[in-house]
Amino acid sequence: MVACLPACRYIAPIRRRALYVRWCGKRVVTDLLTGKELSVFRGERLVLRGVSLAVTAGGALVLRGDNGTGKSTLLRTLAGLTPLAAGQILWNGAPALADFPSHAARIAWLGHLDAVKPSLSVAEHVADQGALVAVGLERFAALPARFLSAGQRRRLALARVAASGRPLWLLDEPTTGLDATSVARFAALCAQHRAAGGMIITSTHMALDLPGAEVLAL
Amino acid sequence: MKRLIARELRLALRQGADTAAALVFFIICGTMFAFGVGPDPALLAALAPGVVWVAALLAALLPLEKLFGADFEDGTLDLLLLSGLPAYLVALAKACAHWLTTGLPLLLMAAPLAVMLRLPSHALPLLLAGLVPGTLIFSLIGTLAAALTLGARRAGVLMALITLPLMIPALIFGANAVTAPHPLGAFAFLGAILCLAVPLAPLAAGAALRVAVE
Repeated sequence: MVACLPACRYIAPIRRRALYVRWCGKRVVTDLLTGKELSVFRGERLVLRGVSLAVTAGGALVLRGDNGTGKSTLLRTLAGLTPLAAGQILWNGAPALADFPSHAARIAWLGHLDAVKPSLSVAEHVADQGALVAVGLERFAALPARFLSAGQRRRLALARVAASGRPLWLLDEPTTGLDATSVARFAALCAQHRAAGGMIITSTHMALDLPGAEVLAL
Repeated sequence: MKRLIARELRLALRQGADTAAALVFFIICGTMFAFGVGPDPALLAALAPGVVWVAALLAALLPLEKLFGADFEDGTLDLLLLSGLPAYLVALAKACAHWLTTGLPLLLMAAPLAVMLRLPSHALPLLLAGLVPGTLIFSLIGTLAAALTLGARRAGVLMALITLPLMIPALIFGANAVTAPHPLGAFAFLGAILCLAVPLAPLAAGAALRVAVE
């Protein structure tokens, strides 16, 4: 699938590169996100209770569960947007949320909303031409985003994630509204990101082509 | 942060009607007073500083609802807070953008409006000099109110109810600077209010933004 979509060969280099240590001829990657016994309130309700997870560089974690089981809440918590009631989020063993701006700088966020401004053009959202090619939007670079379809907006939001160059992708239902070709392109983007040492945590109801991904049922 | 301000300015330029609406409202609001109190030059001149100030404050309220509201609704606010900037710098950038797109144009339009209201020419520089910190203070406090009311029902009304009372001190000193025999004291107070608002308002607004996106 990747071979038939040469455009997907593109991925932005991760700026804050994972530290590689040569050890016994093997590459041991040290970037690691851990969540320990996470509990989160939404209003009065305890949505998440004692959830633990770990993602290493190059790894992927798929969150599954029925509507309202807290997939989005967990993603927002890992991003540091929703506060923890109990538990700890660690990045390479150190508390990640102690310094929120530097934790935020590790994250490429794709929420359930696309964060697309109708009056700005596609290129003004994502200046990186390579990322636009990777989601097949390069022909629309000069077009104001209000003329894009729902699926194209989703692709634009995905291009922004791909162009961010950040190591941790947090994706909330990334394939909503995407056609089969775009889903394949997205899978290729994810593979490239993981090959470069990036991590992906995504919630989804659909089957995603993320080889070797761990599944966390909520 | 510069990129964020530049983006806000570009958005304001694309949606020029929103920006122009505040200006037109400012002029109409000022003109209504002239129609209401009659054409007596002495009376108009006495009212002019207060009228220009109040009209400017009311006009600057108009774009506040969209300041964070639009970003909150389309998910951009999450991205702004995850951009790696601290929340208070996001708020400060928004306040700068609000001043550049609303405060500064209002300042430019205040001179013709004041002249129309028969403000004596020697008082005009004083009025404008007072409006510079006045509009800056308004942008900062307005940003705070916009962040606080984010996600609330009837946010627009709440915003006015929070912002306008907080602007009373600035209004008193600003309008007083034009008519007082020694305007320096009033300017010192305006400066002091601005010095308080510059660090405190973005801090509080940033905290309010973090609460709003929970």
